[in-house]
Amino acid sequence: MLTLKINGKAVEVDAEPDTPLLWVLRDHLGMTGTKYGCGIAQCGACTVHVDGVATRSCQLPVEGATGVEITTIEGLGGKVGEAVRTAWQKLQVVQCGYCQSGQIMAAAALLAENRKPGDADIDAAMTNICRCATYQRIRAAVHHAAELLEA
Amino acid sequence: MLPLANLLPESMASATSRRRFLVGAAVAGAGLTIGFGVPGVVRAAGPQGTPDTAVQPFEAYLRIAPDNTVTVLAAHLEMGQGPYTGIATLVAEELDADWSQMRAEGAWGNPKLYGNLAWGGNVQGTGGSTAMASSFMRYRKAGALARSMLVAAAAKEWRVPAEEIKVERGVLSHPSGKRATMGELADAAARIGEEMLAAMQPATEVPLKDPGSFRLIGDPSLPRLDNVAKTTGAPVFTIDVRLPGMLTAVVAHPPRFGGKVKSFDASEARKVKGVVDVVEIPRGVAVVAETTWAAIKGRNALKVEWDESGAERRGSDRLLAEYKALLDRADGVAVARNDGDVEAALGSGKRLEAVFEFPYLAHAALEPMNAVAWKHDGIVEVWGGHQMPDLYQAVAAKIAELPPDKVRLHVMMAGGSFGRRATPDADVIAEACSIAKAIGWKAPVKLQWTREDDMTAGRYRPIYVHKLEAALDDEGRLAAWRQRIVGQSIMKGSPFSAFVKNGVDPTSVEGASNLPYAIPNFRVELVTTDVGVPVLWWRSVGSTHTAYAAEVFVDELAHAAGQDPIVFRLAMLGDDKPRHRAVLEAVRDASGWGSPLPEGRARGVALAESFDSYVAQVAEVSLEGDRLRVHKVTCAVDCGIAINPDVIKAQMQGGIGFGLGAILKGEITLDGGRVVQTNFDGYDVLRMSEMPEVEVHIVRSGEPPTGVGEPGVPPIGPAVANAVMALSGKRMHVLPFSRSDLRSA
Repeated sequence: MLTLKINGKAVEVDAEPDTPLLWVLRDHLGMTGTKYGCGIAQCGACTVHVDGVATRSCQLPVEGATGVEITTIEGLGGKVGEAVRTAWQKLQVVQCGYCQSGQIMAAAALLAENRKPGDADIDAAMTNICRCATYQRIRAAVHHAAELLEA
Repeated sequence: MLPLANLLPESMASATSRRRFLVGAAVAGAGLTIGFGVPGVVRAAGPQGTPDTAVQPFEAYLRIAPDNTVTVLAAHLEMGQGPYTGIATLVAEELDADWSQMRAEGAWGNPKLYGNLAWGGNVQGTGGSTAMASSFMRYRKAGALARSMLVAAAAKEWRVPAEEIKVERGVLSHPSGKRATMGELADAAARIGEEMLAAMQPATEVPLKDPGSFRLIGDPSLPRLDNVAKTTGAPVFTIDVRLPGMLTAVVAHPPRFGGKVKSFDASEARKVKGVVDVVEIPRGVAVVAETTWAAIKGRNALKVEWDESGAERRGSDRLLAEYKALLDRADGVAVARNDGDVEAALGSGKRLEAVFEFPYLAHAALEPMNAVAWKHDGIVEVWGGHQMPDLYQAVAAKIAELPPDKVRLHVMMAGGSFGRRATPDADVIAEACSIAKAIGWKAPVKLQWTREDDMTAGRYRPIYVHKLEAALDDEGRLAAWRQRIVGQSIMKGSPFSAFVKNGVDPTSVEGASNLPYAIPNFRVELVTTDVGVPVLWWRSVGSTHTAYAAEVFVDELAHAAGQDPIVFRLAMLGDDKPRHRAVLEAVRDASGWGSPLPEGRARGVALAESFDSYVAQVAEVSLEGDRLRVHKVTCAVDCGIAINPDVIKAQMQGGIGFGLGAILKGEITLDGGRVVQTNFDGYDVLRMSEMPEVEVHIVRSGEPPTGVGEPGVPPIGPAVANAVMALSGKRMHVLPFSRSDLRSA
């Protein structure tokens, strides 16, 4: 049994230690908001926060995820989380939507660290793949969320 | 994709004359349901997914519930292009509902209701950018009917003339002060609805709003219906399906296409904790486990010996070489179009020639392919991104050895598709059912392809090679054009093979044989190759390569004629092509075509008609060394009546990004028949830093609505290539661009 701290709650998990956190969240805990896209940390669909840092959970074995604060899309809240979600909905970012949990988590981590990111900051931090190519709206939504946080 | 009339073995035509709109039986609390069918045959509507209900729950277009929600039962799969929102808009418009009432669910199971009208109406499916074309009248009529029934019910209850009742934003009211929501009146409307319909003459004629009074159709501020679910991580996708006792399977597929299992050793795989079973299925060996990770580890430990005697062993380089050898061959050539005398006309004037190469492309939707199958209590349930549900129902029924009416499909939203989930052989549905069957149907089985499966197990946009030849007359006009296309057929050997006529698969030549320019001597030829690599429609299908080759070559001809590329095109667009002209002129004006640009930048233009929509784009690019940057794309689109302008803009933006990634760096290559690229580290796709600013202009139109999911894709490749030529002189004839040095020729 491993004890994880997810979205502020301690959770007991019976999983093989090499199981990626992604599959523990999805299969063991039924938290399916975090998505599988590539399994090799290329696409970012599985992005969660580990101690506030955007982290690709498909490459994090669950044994390495103890003793840290894990936040998933289901638990994303607070001022930054709400601003990002509001911006995403207002600017109609989603298409198929499959990558958007990861995009939102990446954007929230960026904004938590940098309240006024420029385009270059967004290019550097938002490397998640969106096959629908909603990138233009993601960029605009990050800027809009920054404005909401300023207000 | 094309009209699919008469695709299904049994013609549904016999009862057509008796079909009309129907109302679900009035059951207290069931609300009002509008369907379509033969009176007396259709039964009451029940909740979706109730497996043991005696009624067919899906024979409906919309449902107004006592809780005041209006749910549209959408005939088209939501895979990102917005049909749920679009169909709900059509219903809400005629119903005069409030947008906040609207919901949408995927529907299936009755081609009479859901058959794609743009394909002939006999089979349900989403593709060819037809959702709005098929739905525009069908769902508006359903909404208008429901409205008239609610009004009649209110008139009866309030004892007032129906003409005095107003319907606004979901509320019915009368000057006397009477007022009710749609939900409050739904049961009463259901009680009188069928009587009203029986009295209607003719039975399918429903008065609709004049487009001038549309309130929701054309409103750019309507939020997408799936906006909230997709920003909160809600379980809307097949991968999110969880059922009691469900097992997860991954499959070892043959490393070369056409390979088969010779033998396998599952002893190590079975030792992996969580692995439940290892079974052979027609397409490989499946490892079935309690969790996805256990299944993946089990597959890693599995040893399979493959029989590759019938496998395709050719590599991409060899295929390209073979295709090039077919460019000048005289036999085995099908003719898709032939005007005038091309041979003679090519012999005079200024002659140009170019050969284009296109690679295999993977769809690589971000949700890897999957399906969930569960047989129990005499039925089989299949969850999936059901893009062609009637076909999948038939496949599931056959594997489960049940009649088709014992199949229940659950239409999940798809995490992208781009054509991939419209698979004629129902690949993942067949695999999920086969695995569940192989373990004795003892549990629900989720088949989950890994990214590696998704990329290496097919299907692809085919490799094509084109040869273009043209002659300019003394005045610089295009006198002759010959385009030869060499490549695999998508439809041949599939249930769609009837569409291959005189050796021409229309999906191989679309965008070439209907080139809009007036050229007196014009010929399009096709050589269809036989290769064991499974291929499929990929967002915008034939126009992914035809529009590229044609529009790049047109620019080279304009250059040779010493003319501006837009002036050159407009001169060849006759009075019979007003919509082509309009988008080209719109993009010329909006992009500042011809105005000075900073040093080191250039513009390129392209025009393409696909799926009855017209799109022109201007790309503005720069080169820093060998690094190409696409700074801005201006796009003009005419897709008829713009139902959801913001969705149309989003589809143009997305189509441009999708197409741009492919032309810059997208390629699946084969080495001795094995796919080289296994994941996104090898098959690179467009990222944030490469996305241009896209400005979309929707040309006003009163024509019936046409597609937007695909038509944004075809022009972006040639527009960027033409900008590169303008900048450096380099002719971009080999795709992707990453194969070439972009600096001056």
